[in-house]
Amino acid sequence: MKLRIYVTLKPGVLDPQGKAIEHALTGLGFPGIEGARVGKLIELEVADSTDDAQIDAMCRQLLANTVIENYRVERA
Amino acid sequence: MKTAVVVFPGSNCDRDLAVALEEVTGKKPEMVWHGDTALPDGVGLIAVPGGFSYGDYLRSGAMAARSPIMRAVADKAGAGVPVLGVCNGFQILTEAGLLPGALMRNAGLDFVCRDVALTVDTAQTAFTRRYAAGETIKVPVAHHDGNYVADQETLDRLEGEGRVAFRYAEEVNGSARRIAGILNDAGNVLGMMPHPERRIEAAHGGTEGRRLFEGLLDLVA
Repeated sequence: MKLRIYVTLKPGVLDPQGKAIEHALTGLGFPGIEGARVGKLIELEVADSTDDAQIDAMCRQLLANTVIENYRVERA
Repeated sequence: MKTAVVVFPGSNCDRDLAVALEEVTGKKPEMVWHGDTALPDGVGLIAVPGGFSYGDYLRSGAMAARSPIMRAVADKAGAGVPVLGVCNGFQILTEAGLLPGALMRNAGLDFVCRDVALTVDTAQTAFTRRYAAGETIKVPVAHHDGNYVADQETLDRLEGEGRVAFRYAEEVNGSARRIAGILNDAGNVLGMMPHPERRIEAAHGGTEGRRLFEGLLDLVA
């Protein structure tokens, strides 16, 4: 089974990389850039028997730092 | 005092720490590999060095925090043994849950590598007892991810409980409340971004870092 795990910064956590991207796009002349946030996409290949609790544990223990990040799991 | 320096693949300040510890204690520290599962018996200080452990993959310190030796570090920390994490070591200790908060990319996005002025916030800790509260010292920093982040409640608690050991006396990396180094609730784990081990001898440009190690030595000798 293929999993897509999206790791994103929590709202309110300052994202200097996102800010730099926002400024760069504006600098390139694209109008209406109102914000940018940088996250990660992790693609995992796991056994079909892997249950939700295990996937959640993987996210909490390693893939996301829940002090600053949220995660969302998609089954591809 | 018996000391230990944990070495991860990609650590690059392990030797600096080893030299500092040997100069201050008169004994070579034990270098402990990340894949080991035990620390030396009777170890009086565990140092977690700077560098780019595991190439900073996933997040700075994330992989190192889950390596086998860190269980032993957590056990010793729980038993009250002083643990010092410098730079990447601070990142590793937060990722391991031994210290609260997280270290994010510097607000200016630049890698900052220079001497910075630090204020000693409290002298009432095992690590800062040879300093005076409010004293300003110069210590080098060299990091890309030193921007300390925690929720307001955590920041208030750190300040209220005297667990902010060092603050930047100037703007460096966007850290919340200019925090440069913090302690755990028991006071035996310190994480800091600046490098005290690079300020040990006059030839380094100053010896302000030396007192941190000397203070620990007094305490556990």
